[in-house]
Amino acid sequence: MGYFLFRRTISFVLTLLAVSVVVFAVMNILPGDPALSILGLDATEDALAALREELGLNEPVLSRYLAWIAGAVQGDFGISQSFRVPVSELIAERLPLTVSLAISGMVVTVILAVALGVAAAANHGKAGDWGIMFLSQLGIAVPAFWLSILLVLLFAVKLRWLPPGGFPGWSEPAAAVRSLILPTVALALVQSAVLARVTRSSALEVMRLDYIRTARAMGFSRRRVLWRHVLPNALIPIVTIVGLQFAALVTGTIVIENVFYLPGLGRLIFQSIANRDLPTVQALVMLFAAIVVTANFIVDLLYLAIDPRLKARS
Amino acid sequence: MTRLPPNLIIGAVLVALVAGTAALSLVWTPHDHTLLNIRGKFAPPSELHWLGTDQLGRDVFSQLMVAARNSVAVALISVCLGGVIGVALGLLASAMGGVVEDVIMRIADIGFAFPALLFAIMLAAVFGPSLMVAIIAIAFINIPVFARVTRASANQIWTREYVYAARAAGMGRVTISRDHVLPNIAAPIIVQATIEFAIAILAEAALSYLGLGAQPPAPSWGRMLSEAQTLMYLAPQLAIYPGLCIVTAVLGFSLLGDGLRDITDPRLVRQR
Repeated sequence: MGYFLFRRTISFVLTLLAVSVVVFAVMNILPGDPALSILGLDATEDALAALREELGLNEPVLSRYLAWIAGAVQGDFGISQSFRVPVSELIAERLPLTVSLAISGMVVTVILAVALGVAAAANHGKAGDWGIMFLSQLGIAVPAFWLSILLVLLFAVKLRWLPPGGFPGWSEPAAAVRSLILPTVALALVQSAVLARVTRSSALEVMRLDYIRTARAMGFSRRRVLWRHVLPNALIPIVTIVGLQFAALVTGTIVIENVFYLPGLGRLIFQSIANRDLPTVQALVMLFAAIVVTANFIVDLLYLAIDPRLKARS
Repeated sequence: MTRLPPNLIIGAVLVALVAGTAALSLVWTPHDHTLLNIRGKFAPPSELHWLGTDQLGRDVFSQLMVAARNSVAVALISVCLGGVIGVALGLLASAMGGVVEDVIMRIADIGFAFPALLFAIMLAAVFGPSLMVAIIAIAFINIPVFARVTRASANQIWTREYVYAARAAGMGRVTISRDHVLPNIAAPIIVQATIEFAIAILAEAALSYLGLGAQPPAPSWGRMLSEAQTLMYLAPQLAIYPGLCIVTAVLGFSLLGDGLRDITDPRLVRQR
């Protein structure tokens, strides 16, 4: 087990490093002058030279990369070109909103998907199963941003129950939570479509095994067998997909924040693209990619916790 | 001949509908999709304008048709581009084995850390948003997917007797990959390509919704939705049609992919 952990940690760190190389390379080595693209074509030669100096563009590429990485590890991502404050401050301001959205989205996704998936498996071959599978097939095809627009049309424009977008800030907790309801539902409905299918097929797989038949033969109720014996054993593929989905969910927040005009990291990325604020874009892309890689790493660690067989083997 | 699975048939019909509309838009649309008519804006559906007109009086049905073409073209180009590179890398990894295989597959792992959206964001920040950015971003995320599928399937073929025979006969790795491995792994690759097509259409819609894909005046379903979103109180119907088109196209390709997998890989059918 120690060996597995060690190998997995090393490969996690190496992947993060490789990802940072890709991000840096795309943003810095591709043809084009960042100073020119930030300041525009009518910038004076002096201004360009000053900005190149400030961005460290006169340094060799390798030392620029090392300086960026050394800073990033300590939470220093340089100065935002459009806001003129440290990028880390911008991130710290907006991170709570994005994290709340991602976590609430994930929680709702898992509850919805496991409930639907187990219900479908328990009614295998019956109308309920077909209904749930049809909905989930549809859910996979519906883009999250369109679902968001439909939800806004119904609950904000027509019924006027919830705000169509925007965020009042955490100083008004009730209003803040209200404005996160539609974004959370939009994120979770789409994500749970995939997860419900995985839950169903994984539960069906386990339900065919001998010990389930034995448990039923011993007189345990269907419900007890389902929740106590089937679900825990069906968890491994579910956890894998949850981990992969967390990555999709985090990038999903980028889209959803833009649909609902929520001032989180996803909105910041698009403001920074519009403002040609390359240092901020670079930091945020690295942050999101790091979250994806970390989520996959955590999934691998969870395997160890869930599946005692893996421990014994390694 | 066994009965064809229903998802294959439904998927094929939907795909034919979308592809047919895209092809038809090349030669015919009810109206010129760029024709402005400010006085006739927000017209309701009529015999003249089947789905009404938008905020500039343009015919919505014609725009949806041309947008279908845009969507299918982006998906086709990006999946083919990513597919060709990914399959080549997968074949190479499988044929060489050892260090080459390890390096290629580790690089593919890194590719998985970048969803299409993140890659498009980087490219858009450097080059400015364009349709090209969307195509390259979607193609890029397809490379590791195809590399993995190809290598996993090819590794099985390399252990077959006819491959041993071919090696004994002195055929090189390239020739064997081309003549024996590739034809025998075509089925899983085609299935994957169909599913990736669905994902590409979704990704293109999201990217153009966010302004990172097709630029005005080129119509695209995603951009039509982002314009409609600002007019939701005036013309909610404009936010419905493009979404229905996206769902039709994505559902079509994913059902077709599932159906193709069912008939090419009978081991999976028992689960359904």
